[in-house]
Amino acid sequence: MSETVSKQDVMHIATLARLQFDDETAERFKNDLNNILGYIDKLNELNTDNIEPTSHALDVYTVTRPDKAAASLSNEDALKNSASTENGCFRVPKVIE
Amino acid sequence: MLGKNLKQLSEALNKKEISSAELTQFYLDRIAKYDGEIRAYNYVNPNVLDQAKAVDAKRAKGEALPAYAGIPMALKDLIIQKDMPATCSSRILEGFVPPFQGTAAGLLEDAGFLCLGKLSMDEFAMGSSNETAYYKQTRNPWDTAKVPGGSSGGSAASVAAGLTTFALGSDTGGSIRQPASLCGIVGMKPTYGRVSRFGLIAFASSLDQIGPMTSSIYDNAAVLSVIGRYDKKDSTCFNTPEADYTKYLTGDVKGMKIGVPKEYFAEGITQEVRDAVNGAIKAYEAMGCEIVEISMPHTEYAVATYYILATAEASSNLGRYDGIRFGYRAEADNLKDMYYKTRSEGFGDEVKRRIMLGTYVLSAGYYDAYYIKAQKVRTLIKQDFVQAFEKVDAIICPTSPTTAFKAGEKMNDPLQMYLSDINTISLNLYGGCGLSMPCGFDKDGMPIGVQLLGKYFDEGRLYNLAYAYEQQAKLPVMPEKLK
Repeated sequence: MSETVSKQDVMHIATLARLQFDDETAERFKNDLNNILGYIDKLNELNTDNIEPTSHALDVYTVTRPDKAAASLSNEDALKNSASTENGCFRVPKVIE
Repeated sequence: MLGKNLKQLSEALNKKEISSAELTQFYLDRIAKYDGEIRAYNYVNPNVLDQAKAVDAKRAKGEALPAYAGIPMALKDLIIQKDMPATCSSRILEGFVPPFQGTAAGLLEDAGFLCLGKLSMDEFAMGSSNETAYYKQTRNPWDTAKVPGGSSGGSAASVAAGLTTFALGSDTGGSIRQPASLCGIVGMKPTYGRVSRFGLIAFASSLDQIGPMTSSIYDNAAVLSVIGRYDKKDSTCFNTPEADYTKYLTGDVKGMKIGVPKEYFAEGITQEVRDAVNGAIKAYEAMGCEIVEISMPHTEYAVATYYILATAEASSNLGRYDGIRFGYRAEADNLKDMYYKTRSEGFGDEVKRRIMLGTYVLSAGYYDAYYIKAQKVRTLIKQDFVQAFEKVDAIICPTSPTTAFKAGEKMNDPLQMYLSDINTISLNLYGGCGLSMPCGFDKDGMPIGVQLLGKYFDEGRLYNLAYAYEQQAKLPVMPEKLK
């Protein structure tokens, strides 16, 4: 089977998805992805030139409501599942760019 | 108490033949006795007995109570029940206790049901065998060397083993129907938009749907009548009239046209499954249904289409797991490393594989070739259904190509695992309703399921058809050894 995805590609996609792999896992994922993409290639048997894409099965409409304040989660409830908070905010490690 | 449907249980409670505390203790005892081997429960509610006693006290005082007051049930661990852990069977949601109530759980609560606990599943509903679960890999009650199916494997196994009255599951590509088939119970995937997804932890938002998993058609219809309600908190929930689906259970199916699509009996469907499903088709014919051969030519493209669309949506939905607001957080010196470490340590391999595939098909240069292409093929698959339903009222076919397989058998071959959903996936792409129910056993005594597929919002018709068959087939819905 031709190799659609290289190990370099795997590393690039992993960066986009904020995942890290060691060498051995990257190799395994490369093989898995190529296997699955090879199977997915069968879609190219179909001519879809004049077919409209479907994003939702049934028609989905934008639902609106009056812009009125209503009850929502308290600050305390919103924070209580976080591993680290301070002064009513989520606390995260420093950001270096 | 096993074998009583929800109506009978409710009557027994109202007549004070049993108390809610006794009923609840009955299930807690069974969980203590059998769940060590079945491994269906991620979490058992420590307060449920007290809640049952509170219902009994109200009943003793003659207070007005909702229809199902004091009947225990259980939820797949991606359905939010306020103040009860929700893990999706993933390490990344370790310790997460939702501070809000999900709509489906809230409707059950309003109807009087008590929550026994949360049921294992494939991690983030990604799997067909319950083996990708981080905490508990559930086994099949009919043979514990075998898988219960997935992703709602804990839900199916708990119902089949009598560890709850019923359970809710969720179905993105077959995750209610396939485990229902493998565990010999009844599972309904309602029409997309019938049940609110508010409080359903998202996998693929254009496909996910909550549905009931039960030991009888009656119970299934009764539970959908409770949870199938419009909800303004889910913009994709349809405002259809509320319905009592038990009214459709008449036993009369005369004149109904049932389509048999040849593509659903393709290579890979075992002879025993074919024979059992053909038996059900003959039974419908004998009941006065007209059996019509139909063709749904794009069926063979459904799995490929699904694994592009579902993984693309998942890669986006699972972006929220960053370690900041809830769940597992890995320690790191800076924010970026925290993201990498949290996600790499928190997600299991199958979830990572799907995030990777989804990210790839959405990435620059591949979006049109994969994602848009798949959306176009989805249109063709949808048209197959629309055209079929111009000719027939419902479609009948096998739910799963095989009966339950041995644990470990397909774990090293993701593609083979994906193909076990070959007969369930198309329906999610179309968005209609589908039900799996038992129709026989293989030579090893493992259950075989038959699937009925219906058009949008036609659950009532499927229940009518399913009930008529159930009443005459009279198949056992749980293993003798667990009674």
